[in-house]
This record gives sequence, C-alpha cells and structure tokens, in this order.
Amino acid sequence: MKVKILATAAATVVVASALAFGTAMAEDKSIIVQSTTSTANSGLYDHLLPKFQEKTGITVNVVAVGTGQAIKNAKNCDGDVLLVHAKSAEEKFVSEGYGAARTDLMYNDFVIVGPPSDPAGIAGTSDAAAALKKIEGSKALFASRGDDSGTHKKEKSLWKAAGVDAGAGSGKWYRETGSGMGATLNAGTGMGAYVMTDRATWISFKNKGDYKIAVEGDTALFNQYGVIPVNKEKCPSVKAELGQKFIGWLLSAEGQSAIAAYKKDGQQLFFPNAPSV
Amino acid sequence: MRELALRVDEIVSSDADAADRQTLPLLPLKVCGLTFRAGGRTLIDNLDLALGMHGITMMLGPNGAGKSLLLRLLHGLIAPSSGEISWNGVPLGHSVQERQALVFQKPVLLRRSVGENLDFALRLMGQSSQQRRDELLNRVGLLRLARQPARLLSGGEQQRLALARALAADPQVLLLDEPTASLDPASVQMIEGIVQDASRQGMRIVFVTHDIGQARRLADDVVFMHRGRVAEHAPSKDFFQSPASEAARDFLAGRIVL
Amino acid sequence: MHDFAEAFRLAFALAASGDADLIEIIALSLQVSLTALLASSVIGFGLGTLVAVARFPGRGAAIVAFNTLMGLPPVVVGLLVYLMLSRAGPLGVFGLLYTPAAMIIAQTILITPIIAALSRQIVEDLFLEYDELFRSMSVPTHQAMAAVLWDARFSLVTVALAGFGRAIAEVGAVMIVGGNIDHLTRVMTTAIALETSKGDLALALALGIVLLVISMTVNAMALSLRTTAARQAYA
Repeated sequence: MKVKILATAAATVVVASALAFGTAMAEDKSIIVQSTTSTANSGLYDHLLPKFQEKTGITVNVVAVGTGQAIKNAKNCDGDVLLVHAKSAEEKFVSEGYGAARTDLMYNDFVIVGPPSDPAGIAGTSDAAAALKKIEGSKALFASRGDDSGTHKKEKSLWKAAGVDAGAGSGKWYRETGSGMGATLNAGTGMGAYVMTDRATWISFKNKGDYKIAVEGDTALFNQYGVIPVNKEKCPSVKAELGQKFIGWLLSAEGQSAIAAYKKDGQQLFFPNAPSV
Repeated sequence: MRELALRVDEIVSSDADAADRQTLPLLPLKVCGLTFRAGGRTLIDNLDLALGMHGITMMLGPNGAGKSLLLRLLHGLIAPSSGEISWNGVPLGHSVQERQALVFQKPVLLRRSVGENLDFALRLMGQSSQQRRDELLNRVGLLRLARQPARLLSGGEQQRLALARALAADPQVLLLDEPTASLDPASVQMIEGIVQDASRQGMRIVFVTHDIGQARRLADDVVFMHRGRVAEHAPSKDFFQSPASEAARDFLAGRIVL
Repeated sequence: MHDFAEAFRLAFALAASGDADLIEIIALSLQVSLTALLASSVIGFGLGTLVAVARFPGRGAAIVAFNTLMGLPPVVVGLLVYLMLSRAGPLGVFGLLYTPAAMIIAQTILITPIIAALSRQIVEDLFLEYDELFRSMSVPTHQAMAAVLWDARFSLVTVALAGFGRAIAEVGAVMIVGGNIDHLTRVMTTAIALETSKGDLALALALGIVLLVISMTVNAMALSLRTTAARQAYA
C-alpha cells in the first residue's frame, strides 16, 4: 500500500516536471543537430545560429560529441541533422538509409602541434606521413583521440599511409586518451606529446602553453565537413522540414558567406565549399 | 506486510472495544508454569503467580532475579518459551496490552518538547486536549517546562514525564520497572506520591524495585523473586515481619543473595 | 599557477557582472538538481523507511542493493537513461532526451539509492530506540513510521543534502542525457566540462568556484538548521 502511494507520488513529481519541460520544448520550433565538437568548441555555432534563428525563428540545439558518437546518436533517431567530418562513415550512414543525402559543407585542415623541444625533429615540415614515421622512430610521445571521432579516423588513415602500426606503441609512446579534442589537447600539452588537431579547434584553444604548429600544409591533412538530414523514413520523429530549412540555409550563399566570415584572432577557421557555391 | 495488515485489523476492532476498556477488568492475573529461556539459560523458571484485584504489588529481589523480565512478559513485550499468562481469563494480546502502561527504568522520550510527548500519547487515545495535557503535566510538576525539549530534562524530570505519559493512557494496570533507580530523592518522593495517588483512585500497580525501603513504603503485597521464580508472595506486613524464605530473610538482612 | 589567480578574479567578476547566461546556467542547475532531490526524497525516504521498519524476505538484499547503488557512476546512469529515452529506446516516444526532464530523471536515479540507504540507517536506529515504547503503547505501524520520520527530520535533512551535493556536482549523467545544449540543457558542470575542453581552464575553474559557493550556501543553511535542532536535543 505504502509503497504504491510513494511510488505514485514520486512518479507524479517526475512526470509533472518532465511534462512541464517537455511541452515547453514541443511548442517552440527547434531542431537537434548532432555535431562534431570542433564546430562547437571553435564558436562557429555561436556565430551562425543567431543569424539563422533571426531569419527563420527556428532554434537549433547542438549536441556536440565526437563524430562517431554523433553518428550513433543520429542512428538512434536522437537528432534531426548530422554535421560531422568523416566522409566514408557519413556515406555509410546514408547508404544504410539513416541519412537522406550527404552534402559537402565546408573544410579546413588538420595540423600536428608539438612542444618547442621538438623531440622528433618535425617542426616546420609539411609531409604528414614522414612526420609520423619520425615520431614513431624517435619514440616521441603522441596523444591520440582514440575515440572513433572524425579526427581519430583521419589520424588512423595517416598512420596507415605512413606504414606505421601505432597501436603497437599504445600505452608507451602512443597515448590514446579516449576523449574529445579539447581534453586530448589538454593531456597532450600536459605530457609533452604531439597531437593532431583540426585547425579551428587549435586556433580557439586557450591552453596552448608554449605549443606550436609543427606540421601543416599536406593535402592529406584536408578536413572536409559534411551535413546530412536524418532520414524521416527511418526515424518518423525527425523534424525533416525544419532540418532541411537549416541545411538549405547553411548551403545557401548567405549561409556560406556567414561561415567564411567567422574569424578568430584574425584567422578564418572554416572555408565553405558547398557544391552550389 | 501481512503482519502490518493484521495489526491494523486489531486496532480497528479494539477501537470498537474502547468503551469496554474500563468495564472489563484485567484482574485477577494468573500465571502458570511460566518459563523464559534465552541463550541456553533459563531466566524465568516454571513460575506461578496470582495477583488480586487491588493495591500496589512490589516485586522485590536481588539484581538478576528476573523481575524486569517478568514485567515484560506480563505486558506482552516478549513472548514466553512456555507457560500461560491470563489476565482475568484473557490471554495476552493487544486488548490486554492497551489497558496497561509500562514505565521503563530508562525513560524513552520522543525528540520533541515535553508537551508534545504527552500530546503523542493523548492523540493515540483519541483524547487530545490542552486541558488534559496541562492537568497531567501539573500532576507530575512539569507544567512550567511544557515547551522544553524533553531530552534536556534532568533524569528525575524525564522519568516524571514518562510517568505522566503512562497515566495519559488511563490504564487499568500500571507496570513500573525500577522507575526511580538512580534518581534524586525529591523525584523519588514525587513519583512515589503519584503512584500512591493513582492506586487510591483504583489503578492496579505492579512496581519492580530492588530498594527494600521503597518496597516497605509502597507495598500492599510483596512478590519476592529469586533465580527466576517467585520465592515468596505475601502481604506487606507479613513479608517484612516474618519472611518465609531464606533468600528473602538474607535479602532483608542486607546479606548478599546469590 | 597563473590560472588559479586568474580563476578567482574571473569568478568574482562573473558573479559581480550578473551575466545573464551564467544566471541561466545556475538557475537550470538548481532547478534540475532540486527537482531531482524532491523526487528522490519521496522515493528514497519511502523505500528507506519501509526497509528500516518492515521485515520481509529479501530485506538484506535490498540493503546491499541500496549500498551498492550508492556508488553508481553517473556516466552509467546517463547511459542507461539515454538508452531508455532515446528515440530508438522504449520511452523514446515521449521525446524527453536532450531536455531538462531527462536530466532530472537521470539525477533522480543517481541519488535515490543514496537517500534510501542513508535514511534507512537513520530511521532504523531511531526506530529501534522507540520500538519497545511504541509496542508497549500499541502504536499502529503507520503512526510509528510517521513519528520516527518526523523525529528524524533534522538528520534526514543531512541525507537530502548529501543527495543534492551529488546531483549538483555530477557531470557524467547530465552530459549524456542533456547534451549540454546552450540555453536548453547547459548546467554548471557541463559548462565547466565545455570550457575545459576549449582549454579555457581559468574560466572553467571560475565556474567551479561559483558552483562551490552555491553548494556551500546550501550546506551552510542546512547546517545551521541542524545546529539549532541539536541545541534543542531534537536531533
């Protein structure tokens, strides 16, 4: 008896508060974007979203996680739009039917940052594969995301291209943090390790210490971002129309120039390259 | 849960009997072959006892004789290993227990004020009233302390409050378990006075003590206990003038009784 | 070390500025954690009292379960709630993921075992103290439970506080089920995690200091309540 009453009371409290928030949510026009962290941490959304909201009245809620996690969340139908940077995983997402269509949105590039002591002697070079070989050869520390994110996928492909089995050094010179870009940069700078990061995150990162960019400019370090509406046929709860409006705006001349206009410390962080431009 | 439900039922039915509380007398008491064992030892040993309708019965005896245990058995707080207890033909149970009140040696008071401790007991009886509360507090000399936290009272005051709470239930039988052990003389005198008053108004008193002087002052009859048995049960005058058992003679003479 | 001084300066500046975003984050933190506290108090005190007072088969197992679940990692709770509330999960139709409601549910699950386990101990101790008296006075079980809960209320405030402390300080669960969405589900701890990942350690620490001050204020209020009670020998 007593248990039942208590359980009912508790359930009422939870559900009532849930509904209070839930209805508040349902009433306004909002979508959820499952996003990679770099676009969020660099402040790009803070720059873009107010413009979009002013124009359309649509609130965009960004869940910033690694690309791998973002894709998983979207597969669970917990988002309306996917904005990540791992082209082959994105194409798989579409071919499996979760995404409606993938479009290139913008790009920037990856860089390898390192300590001033430069133990691998790679500072100022531009050949990513050669640099990674030198890191492995000198057993200099390298901090990897290790979290199946877009950056991590890219990094793995670079190791492969360099012909190095980095996994063999795991726990020794190859340190997989299993966390986001920011956390990995914090860890890397803390232990004196080289880190591969997207340029946008690096420019806006505030805990650089005395770290500098060691390797940049290789075409292999190209970093393409894509945007995908989550497929309504797979996920009936998806707000396809609102999501499409957001994507359409991002790809439009207005959206693309807004992306190009975002600068930090005088540097452009993302370069729009949507097909219509 | 089953136990809980059972208890609620009993409460409901006993509420219906509330009017009978005074009219159905609990006495006389008959105890037959009462035995209580714990931890491989026999603490109450095949005990027989009969108590009459009126007066103050003092249960006297050395420490460890089983006095307090017997009191708890009579009240139904613990169940005997064997034997029978019958209050006026009614076996121990809820209806018996709620027509009795027990005052513990170490008073258990709620973490509330003096007045609220009494209110709790009165509410339980369904007769909560400011007037009745003040009357009881006045009777034990605690009226001016009504708002004090009960646990900040002195030992004597705490025991007087416990006594007032017992009286609030307006029991037919008042059981007291060494209530004045280690209290100041003024509190002892006050408690004894209240007990005697209650007795004069018809309340049956069973009072455990190991204080010979107290037994002498209060007793109408004395139950002298020794090693888990009733060694002697006699009117007060007879017991103190010519104790029949050797243990009682030794005890009254101030010798150590093993 | 520079970060420490900078953090304190920033914390003070933040608090003094009355920054609207900061206030929004603090308000949501309090709203979520206090609602979770309310819900888990109702459930936890109820369960704790029941297990303290009732004797039933499996009671020992229930106590072990409470004590074990006290150490439940927030991220595990977050994951479980995510799986339940995800559109692909059994409760997905309610669309609660990435809302404050989801965060409340996660924190409720997180702290209910703490409240149940600690209150069980307190209630049981007091119940044992009152037990003989209550049996002697033929106090019905429901009244006995009510009396014990009432008399233990000052100790139970401390229990609630322990739950609140854990709720407001955890990040693992709310990060997963709330998503740290700006102006919607961003609370103190997820904001701290975000600033840390941006490498803005001073701002992260400053937010941490603000959180600490809020926690301290709540604790101080509860302590003064309890001290007053102890002085009156009610606790």
